[in-house]
Amino acid sequence: MRVGLFVTCVNDTLFPETGKAVVTLLRRLGCAVEFPEGQTCCGQMHVNTGYRDEGLRLARRFLEVFAGYDAVVVPSGSCAAMVREQYPKLAAGMGAARPGAFAGAHRGRTRFAEAVAAVTPRVYDLSEFLVDVLGRTDVGAYFPHRVTYHPTCHSLRGLRVGDRPTRLLRAVRGLELVPLPAADECCGFGGTFAVKNAAVSAAMCADKVAGVEATGAEVLCAADNSCLMHIGGTLSRLRTGVRVMHLAEILAATEEDR
Amino acid sequence: MSGTFLGMPAFPRNAEKALLNSQLRFNLRNATHTIRARRAAVVDELPDWERLRAAGKAIKDDALRNLDRYLVQAEEAVTRAGGHVHWAADAAEAGRLVADLVRATGETEVVKVKSMATQEIGLNEILRDAGIVAAETDLAELIVQLGDDLPSHILVPAIHRNRAEIREIFRERMADWGRPAPPDLTDDPAALAEAARRHLRERFLTAEVGISGANFLIAETGTLVVLESEGNGRMCLTLPRTLISVVGIEKVLPTWRDLEVFLQLLPRSSTGERMNPYTSTWTGAAEGQEFHLILLDNGRTNALADEIGRQALRCIRCSACLNVCPVYERVGGHAYGSVYPGPIGAILTPLLRGTATDLDASLPYASSLCGACYDVCPVAIDIPEVLVHLRAKGPHPPAERLGMKAVGWTLNRPARLRLAQRAASRLRRLVPRRRLPGPGAAWTDTRDVPAVPEESFRAWWRRTEGREGGAR
Repeated sequence: MRVGLFVTCVNDTLFPETGKAVVTLLRRLGCAVEFPEGQTCCGQMHVNTGYRDEGLRLARRFLEVFAGYDAVVVPSGSCAAMVREQYPKLAAGMGAARPGAFAGAHRGRTRFAEAVAAVTPRVYDLSEFLVDVLGRTDVGAYFPHRVTYHPTCHSLRGLRVGDRPTRLLRAVRGLELVPLPAADECCGFGGTFAVKNAAVSAAMCADKVAGVEATGAEVLCAADNSCLMHIGGTLSRLRTGVRVMHLAEILAATEEDR
Repeated sequence: MSGTFLGMPAFPRNAEKALLNSQLRFNLRNATHTIRARRAAVVDELPDWERLRAAGKAIKDDALRNLDRYLVQAEEAVTRAGGHVHWAADAAEAGRLVADLVRATGETEVVKVKSMATQEIGLNEILRDAGIVAAETDLAELIVQLGDDLPSHILVPAIHRNRAEIREIFRERMADWGRPAPPDLTDDPAALAEAARRHLRERFLTAEVGISGANFLIAETGTLVVLESEGNGRMCLTLPRTLISVVGIEKVLPTWRDLEVFLQLLPRSSTGERMNPYTSTWTGAAEGQEFHLILLDNGRTNALADEIGRQALRCIRCSACLNVCPVYERVGGHAYGSVYPGPIGAILTPLLRGTATDLDASLPYASSLCGACYDVCPVAIDIPEVLVHLRAKGPHPPAERLGMKAVGWTLNRPARLRLAQRAASRLRRLVPRRRLPGPGAAWTDTRDVPAVPEESFRAWWRRTEGREGGAR
């Protein structure tokens, strides 16, 4: 099975440890992982902020780069949801060719729709790939810490990953998983929302952080570094001492690492 | 605050102001969490909720697709039953029609059933300018009206008030509108309800003209339907000699049978009740009564022409989306500057009004796209999809456009991204963690910036894996 890693632009640039952890973990589980260097970004920020044409260009690149893989693993619920949930909508929104429309435009639309249909069903969030494709919940990890898990909106309501991440965490030796109050409420990141409506975003995060602190956890875990950047930035500003870690990093940790 | 939503500043500024009001946040949090839990419990009781939801969506879609046919059918049925049907293209026309109809009765006071359509057209203000006093009879609307306030929720307009505030409003203002509040009024809910009941009872018994909206209009029979909790609506619908109903054209349901689906969906989604306490239906004019139906467009046909946006017209005004929205929960309804607040308001208002003002242009961004609103919507309006669609239609600030183009240009070639990453890692010690310049300042007000790593993932892969994997 050829597994392509879509590391996402945010992870690539700001959180390379997450990508390395995915590589370590998948190799440990016997997968051949490739990182096609033609990849850049899924286009979510552009599409969600209202720059559809720029987003479409990036979507085309994604589909082209990942066309040949049996599975595409994405360590971000949000970017995986963009590809799997929003690409088909983008394709549908391009509509049928209008009478008199430039024939090339019609071919472009058809090609995009075909690529979406071919690639997107093989795109998985990390927890889905581990549980559904590899059939593993115990990935041989060891992480002796008190951890709480934030499910993130797009994993929860876009991808519907359900309890896959917490099942994986429960199987980690030494790990104590404590429930996060109001876990399914948005942390207030929302991409450009955090800047466009900074005050509301901060108010949402304040409540999320209060919930994290109430658990007494040492580590806040999630499967999306964007949300973690927002919550972690607030945890750091408030000097709470709580660390944030991507799910992949916890699952990649073993006894030998210590 | 009083009068009208018009001319309010853009959402982010309203929101910032609202966030400073800690009493408001406390009241909202309490109220929305209570209704949210109640809704979840009664929805979970129904094994076929998802099928009901799909049925509601399908019926509404059929009604909207064949709106022209169903509206004419409804007009014929209402006329046959002795009612008069009027068509209003916009708020001004609808307001004028109502004012003329009231004037023709010679009355200067009307009682109102809570109605979003009449609020949308600013009917109370239009009537006031025509010398007519329009008295709200829904308890929460009464509180808003007495307090010279604006409603802040579709279903619970006074959700931003607690009972101590309500007691003060009753004591200070009830006398200006009729029967005063008792001098020893406490903030006990039963005492407050009793004061309102006595105050309203006088109005019902003297009113000659009632004004309502409707939850549904059944095309095949011409029947209007109002669902309510307090019974005041039924008083207004039955006691006055003249009844005027202002109804948005999207309220049509094809057949009487369709109602069954919505009588389950609406109360469970809105108040968390299995059945609403009062369901009133009326067809044309009752004996001795005169009945007028005003069919209101006011931007609805524009919304209908929008292929993705049109699903917002399925909305049955249950407000479940408000009660789960983390943004609404923190800022309340006033920040949206429109009669329709919360997630549905963020799409419906710009669809109906356009995006010419700063406020209307800012509404599609009043969401973190968390998707909770879509999950609870009883007619499955994909609110995040419409938000993103409206954002694409613009307008966009020039500086942002430039920034997004630059980022897009960088991301469009891996080589450019690699160069940008290399520049970032060289300058990593210069990136301030606590105070970013420019638009980034909004980030560092409350958050620390993550440290830029020495090496991007891409560079690490190249260093450790060579150039395999097909660079493009």
